[in-house]
Amino acid sequence: MSAVIPQAMMRDATPARRALRRLLRRRGAMLGLVIVLFFVLLALFAPVIAPYDPIATSWSAVRKAPSLQYLFGTDEIGRDVLSRVVWGARASLMAGLVSVCISMALGVPVGLLAAYVGGWTDGLISRFTDSMLAVPFLILAIALAAFLGPSLSNAMIAIGVSATPIFIRLTRAQVLAVKVEDFVEAARAVGNPHWRIALRHILPNVLPPLIVQATLAIAAAIIAEASLSFLGLGQQPPAPSWGSMLNTAKNYVDNAPWMAVWPGLSIFLLVLSFNLFGDGLRDALDPKHK
Amino acid sequence: MLHYLLKRLAAIVPTIFFVTIIIFGLQQLLPGDPAMILAGEDQDPTVIAYLQKKMHLDEPLPVRYAYWIAGVFQGDLGESLRIQQPVLELIKDKLPVTLELAAIAMLIALTIGIPAGIVSAVAKDTVWDYAANMVALWGLSTPNFWLGILLILVFSVSLGWLPASGYVSPFEDLKANLAAMIMPAFVLGNAIAAVLMRHTRSAMLQVLNADYVRTARAKGLDERTVVLKHALRNALTPIITLGALEFGTLLSGAVLTEQVFSIPGFGKLIVDAVFNRDYAVVQGVVLFTSSVYIVLNLLADLAYFFVNPRLRG
Repeated sequence: MSAVIPQAMMRDATPARRALRRLLRRRGAMLGLVIVLFFVLLALFAPVIAPYDPIATSWSAVRKAPSLQYLFGTDEIGRDVLSRVVWGARASLMAGLVSVCISMALGVPVGLLAAYVGGWTDGLISRFTDSMLAVPFLILAIALAAFLGPSLSNAMIAIGVSATPIFIRLTRAQVLAVKVEDFVEAARAVGNPHWRIALRHILPNVLPPLIVQATLAIAAAIIAEASLSFLGLGQQPPAPSWGSMLNTAKNYVDNAPWMAVWPGLSIFLLVLSFNLFGDGLRDALDPKHK
Repeated sequence: MLHYLLKRLAAIVPTIFFVTIIIFGLQQLLPGDPAMILAGEDQDPTVIAYLQKKMHLDEPLPVRYAYWIAGVFQGDLGESLRIQQPVLELIKDKLPVTLELAAIAMLIALTIGIPAGIVSAVAKDTVWDYAANMVALWGLSTPNFWLGILLILVFSVSLGWLPASGYVSPFEDLKANLAAMIMPAFVLGNAIAAVLMRHTRSAMLQVLNADYVRTARAKGLDERTVVLKHALRNALTPIITLGALEFGTLLSGAVLTEQVFSIPGFGKLIVDAVFNRDYAVVQGVVLFTSSVYIVLNLLADLAYFFVNPRLRG
């Protein structure tokens, strides 16, 4: 029996499995994954975990320092900071995921189209992508959010659209490299229609770098959402978000520093872990890198 | 040579064209009549009528774009409704403040990022390399407005060494000016230092494996000369061009940093404009920023071209 198992494992050694094994060996990536999962659980079970109502004010508990009763202290209108940090995980994670989904939903098909069709379609799309990249990411997001109106969903749209050119460019470059491979030629030779070649033969082969980019883009999107909320363009009060908590905390730095420490630390940890995981994923999927 | 220059210059025309389309298009995102919204809360009928006429709202979209772009080319970026000042004047007013901030930030980023990158490349896979990578990861993951608040907490509130906010012109009082600038500049430089460190590391790693570096070592040159004179000089080119592209990060960061430290610069201008629903200012600032970015990009490309004789062939 024991001799059979290694053989079975050998047969299972597809590139994906080998990449997974390399990923599991990377301590940084695993640490990142654990912290991300911790925040995901926090967000999912916020109603159970948060000790208080995140938007309930209490005039008898204004700017109380951390204590056994309020572990992270309370804010300027007596709301529990811990509960707001726990609920704030929802806004940050959702903003990260939804924005990147928007970027990919827009960017991947357009990049695929540009590279596959080529010619003036490619020229037009590439010039447009260059132009979007000429506007600094956060400034474009601020401008879009300002014109769309302040709300969490508009902030996610603004961030998603602003990050789209990165995905167009990456998809285009990858598809250009893959579409000249022999297996694509073979697929064409046996008479597959264009859409099938593009979706079934090319797309799966360009996915790995896109997944890496998506992970890193989530980190950037979380910072961007916090930035927009910090400027008042994201999650609207009284709903909790880490960025808007920091915006208020800024005014009470001298007498309630705990208001600033915890939401900031949460953004930092979540972003750091997505970056750690993304870096590890890149090294695992592309052993030649570095 | 001339051919390359012309080709490169011609390439920025469509880029600028699409940028103006994007910025003009922002207006279309406003729900309802733009003139009503641009007129603000007062809804003064004369203002609305004036805006409708000025923006040619009764004309079709392409014609409106033509009017707008013609104005832009004559330096008319619109007018701030709040402050009743041309947008270009506002930008001219605020830009020097941000430029000073950006220059100090870049200086800090270079002093941290490049040495850290060299050390981590030379001492690859040692404790130094890991430490430098950790610092870079910290720089990339820290929201700069949070870092700003923390610095205020430590250096202004607890220690009382530096002012928490405010801005003094360097021509009035240089010492006070630098005291107010050092924290925001560090916050801004921190993130860019991380990027520069990563660029320097990978550029140095590439160069250190090159044949001429091996030759230099074989000649018996000491490691210091090999690294600093032979390797770094060649690695520096991509670092500088990539560094120029960090300008976008610098301006994006300035928006938040100036907000935290109440510095009346370019970033504060766009934030105030957003709060005041002063849309013409937002558009003007975005247009100005992207134009500068495109020009810097061009200069970086040209610099690359001039210092690398192989490209000229």
